[in-house]
This record gives sequence, structure tokens and C-alpha cells, in this order.
Amino acid sequence: MPDMSAPPGTRTTAAIVGPGNIGTDLLAKLARTSSIEVTAMVGVVESPGLERARRAGIAASAEGVDWLLAQDPLPRIVFEATSARAHAANAPRYEAAGIRAVDLTPAHLGPMVCPPVNMPDHLDAPNVNMITCGGQATIPIVAAVSQVVEVPYAEIVASTASRSAGPGTRANIDEFTETTARAVEQVGGAGRGKAIIILNPVEPPMIMRDTVFCAIPAERWDDATTTAVAASIHAMVARVREYVPGYTLRADPQFDPPRPEWGGRGRVATFLEVRGAGDFLPEYAGNLDIMTAAAVRVGELIAAELITTGVPA
Amino acid sequence: MTRPEIRHDVRITDTTLRDGSHAQAHQFTEQQVRDTVRALDRAGVEVIEVTHGDGLGGSTFNYGFSHTDELRLIAAAREEARTARIAVLLVPGIGTSEDLRRAHDAGAEVVRVATHCTEADVSPQHFGVARELGMETVGFLMMAHRTPPEDLAKQARIMVDAGCQCPYVTDSAGALLMHEARARFEALVAEVGDEAWVGYHGHQNLSFGVANSVIAAEVGVKEIDGSLCALGAGSGNSPTEVLAAVFDRLGVSTGLDVMALLDAAEDVVRPYLHRWPKMDRNAIVQGWAGVYSSFLLHAEHAAERYKVPTHEILRRCGELGLVGGQEDMIIDVALELARAREEG
Repeated sequence: MPDMSAPPGTRTTAAIVGPGNIGTDLLAKLARTSSIEVTAMVGVVESPGLERARRAGIAASAEGVDWLLAQDPLPRIVFEATSARAHAANAPRYEAAGIRAVDLTPAHLGPMVCPPVNMPDHLDAPNVNMITCGGQATIPIVAAVSQVVEVPYAEIVASTASRSAGPGTRANIDEFTETTARAVEQVGGAGRGKAIIILNPVEPPMIMRDTVFCAIPAERWDDATTTAVAASIHAMVARVREYVPGYTLRADPQFDPPRPEWGGRGRVATFLEVRGAGDFLPEYAGNLDIMTAAAVRVGELIAAELITTGVPA
Repeated sequence: MTRPEIRHDVRITDTTLRDGSHAQAHQFTEQQVRDTVRALDRAGVEVIEVTHGDGLGGSTFNYGFSHTDELRLIAAAREEARTARIAVLLVPGIGTSEDLRRAHDAGAEVVRVATHCTEADVSPQHFGVARELGMETVGFLMMAHRTPPEDLAKQARIMVDAGCQCPYVTDSAGALLMHEARARFEALVAEVGDEAWVGYHGHQNLSFGVANSVIAAEVGVKEIDGSLCALGAGSGNSPTEVLAAVFDRLGVSTGLDVMALLDAAEDVVRPYLHRWPKMDRNAIVQGWAGVYSSFLLHAEHAAERYKVPTHEILRRCGELGLVGGQEDMIIDVALELARAREEG
């Protein structure tokens, strides 16, 4: 882990594009970091989010990325929380201007990253994508298991409060299941991935819950493996908790020995609760919080890399 | 968009091979599907649903893996059906548009897109794809007891505007008392009845599946679900053979051959039943506490694994307000109850 603290006056500058709930929560979290300084909040129409940023002393504009790219100096990092279409249009312009992009939209132009799993592999990527909320919550666990033993199949179930699922997610829910399943494979290391999302309208709203099922080959099913898998899961939870304090195991990982109806494989089941930090978003919206918290973590790692590699500001 | 022609007073959709998949722990074989479809088709059933109990893509750790790939079962059903059309269930969040295209390729002509009763706005994507494929469309508003009639009608409106030809009052928990069911039927008929049909899917947990179906027919509901031998989640669905007999006595035409359905239930389905769905303590608790019927077998398994009573798990699921698809939480609840017992 690189040293992410920065001497005074040397913080890496960043802009947030997309001043909605996610952008505002990002602003609150970035303000707490010692390595990143938010210098701009950008929208395309005047909005409460821009107004909130101005009240916090941040330059805010409703004139979009044209305005942002006319600033001097330019920010080093941009966090984009708009839409897939907007990010697809903006991303080449960021790259041409030498600005690193952390993409919270479903555009998926750059590599999919999960901070404690594969971010070190992509520190020099011009554009990284934050996958999905369910992916950020569950892929660390899949990776924790696949670091110990081959995982031929992994399945994640993300349950979120209805109120925390916005119109974009609802209009294209397949995008969530397909992207998350792909990331369970490519980032988590499972042979095959499956993702399920459930929206629950219960009041008061439920805190985000995630379950991760990983298949374990019968030939590797023994006490040594299950002990190592459990230890790996606990260690990974501790690493996620560094940036999402409300990320907790509901119970110890549950091991069930191989069964014929599971293709002769065994199973480890991990039950997680993701309580948000309650910065701008409500605590129950752990699904949104883990996205912004992971994006901030990624930003801090990029900032540390920019400083250690001495890229001039 | 037009709604499909319904040639009788009501049209019965048989879901033995979909909702029944829950009771069979998703272990249907191709032969069982072929035999059941042949018998239903011969008895005049016009729509036969064949899918994993939790819909396309439901074959998982969370819901249980299928014995035989559902696409193979759908294709086999299509081959056996002379006049009946094959329907599939799709629960957005579990299955995807891609799964729907594959099911259509395998021979499915009707899709039933299912959402929790307050979350209809996750369905337009899938109705859009279904209409593009030229499929007939049904919308399942699951756990319909969890929202008032006027709100349920608004959710039905969202589905109809997205291309749904028949939104259903889907009583997944078998929890609707007769007056509650009637109020929901009337609200949906008032909201969308000019342009779409309204449907009803019942469970027998409180024994009202058939009674509510009779009310449904009285107030203008045109599509009603049943299962042979009640084979379905919880204490099962309204039995198709009972619906046929009751509607025959009432003079409500269904186009069904009662004797042929009784034979199908007795000679085809009964021999392969793992167990005959019944109103036992656990299933009654589901209707009483409003718990998604498919939780039953999963709760029984968790009860055995963690040494806590099934009905206590189910009651707790009701208290937590769990919705369809959250089967993973059953294990979590069992673990919590087991801990409480240790500490208590």
C-alpha cells in the first residue's frame, strides 16, 4: 500500500462531473482525504448539487465539460457520476487533456476495478470503471476465496432498499446483472459468475445486504482448505472496512460439503451487510455508499501513484 | 398494442411445470414435462408455463439448480403441445432479456414478467424485448398483499404502458383474504380493463386460491392460474382440475375438459410428486404472515441444517418484510435464530 498522505499544498486536484446525490456524497468523502483536493463540481443545468458545492467553497458550473476543460490548471483526476452516454462522450476528452478518469457510470470504457482486488494492476490506466454497487460489495469475497482455491462458479445476491435504486438502474436492470456477473469472473476470478439483484420496499428501508456463494471443487474439500478460505475472507473484509467502515459479516462464512445437486461441489456462503457512512446519502443506501467510497479509494491510490512517479502537476 | 383474444369466459394458464418446480425442488425431467404437457394440451389448456420456479436463469445456489436445463424442457414442451402455447416466467434481476431471447428460440410464445408489487418499473425493458420478439405478455405483480389496491393498479398501469397485455394480481404468499383479493381485482380492472386483461395467480396457504378465482371471474378477471394437484410453492396453487370443475358448475366457460384434467392430475402428475402440497403448519404460517411461498423448502432445509423450527424462520421472514428472490436471507435468519437459542 503506497503512502497516501501528501505534504500540505501538494494534494492532487480533482473534479466531480455529475452533481447529483452520488456526486454530492463523493464531495463529502473526498473532503476528508488528505491526498485529494476537489477544485470543481460540474453539471449541465443549474441544480441543488451545484449550489451545495458552491456553499462548500468549490467552483461549480452548469456549463459542462467544456467549462471544465477551459480551466487552468486542469484537475488531475475527474470522478464522473453522470450517465453511460455522457461518460462515453466525455472520456476521450479527459484522456486527450491528460486527466485520469474514475468512472462511476455503466459506460465501462476502462478496466473494471475493485480497490483491494485489482487496483494495483491499473494504476496507470487513463480510465477505470467502478463496476456496480453489488460488484464492489461482493467481488472482494469472490477474490478472497479464489486466492485460496479454484472457484469454478460464484454467485452473488444483492438486496437493496427500493428507495436507493434510481431510475437509471431500474430502466436497465440487465446491465447490473450482466456487468456484475462478468466482473465476478474477470475481477473476482470465478470460472463462471452469476449475479442477482433484489429491490425491497420495506419501511423503514433495509440496509444493503449481499450474499456470496462460491463453489469449491470436491477434490479440494478438506479442513485445511476451508480454514484457509475462512481466514482469507476475514482478512478481505478487514481490507474493505478500511474504506467502508460499515462493511460487516453477518456471520462466519458457512461451509457446506459437496452435494450431487451442486455438480458434486462444495459451497462457501458469505453473508454481508453494507451500512453506508451517512455522508450525504442515507445509511441504508450502502449500495451507493460503497460505490462512492470505493471510487474515493481508487482516487487516493491514483493520487499516490501520481506523486510517487513524479508526474508533474 | 392489442390484447390477445380470449375465446372463453376465462382462460386458465397451467403452471404445474413452473410454480410446481418449487415443490419438486427444480428436479423436473424431460419425460415428466412431455407427459404433463401432452395431458394438459389434450384437456384443452391453452397456455402452459414451463420454467425454473424462479424464472429464467433461476438455476442457482440461491434457488436450487435445475435437474434438466430449462431451455431443454421448454423445447420439449413445445414439441408436445399441439394447440397450447408455452409460457415462461422472467423475474428481472434474476433473468435477463438475453435469457428471454433464448427461451423464445426454444419455443416460448408467452412471457410472464414478474416484479415485486411496488417495483413494476424494472419491467419495461423486458416487455419491450418481448414485444419485439412478437411474444404475448403477462405482468406478475408479486406479493400483491403488500400494497393497497389503488397502488397496485398504478403499478399495473406502468406494466401496461410498457407493453404488458395482462397484469396479474399475484398472491405469492397466498395471503389475500376474499375481500382483499376482490378490491385488487376491481382496482386493476378499473385502471387497465379497457386495454388489457387482468389476471389472478393464487396459492392455497389459507385455502383461498379457488374461492378467490371465483370472485375474480365475477368481477371481470379473464386469466387465472392453476396447477395440477396444486403443485406449486407453499401449499401449492389453485388446483387446475378443481378450477375446471368449479367453473363448469358455475356455468363459466373455460374450454377445459374436466375429466381429462382429473385424469392428468391423478395419472400423470400424482405419480411423480415428491409430496402433495398441503396446508401444514409451515404453509399456513406463510399465508398468515405473508411470506413468499417459495421460501418453504428453503426454510425446511435451513431448519434442518441449523436446528431451528421452520415455522419460526418463516415468521421471522414475514417480520423482516422479505420479498421474492431473497431466499439467501433464510439462511441468515436461521443463523440468527440459532445464535439466539444458544445465548438464550
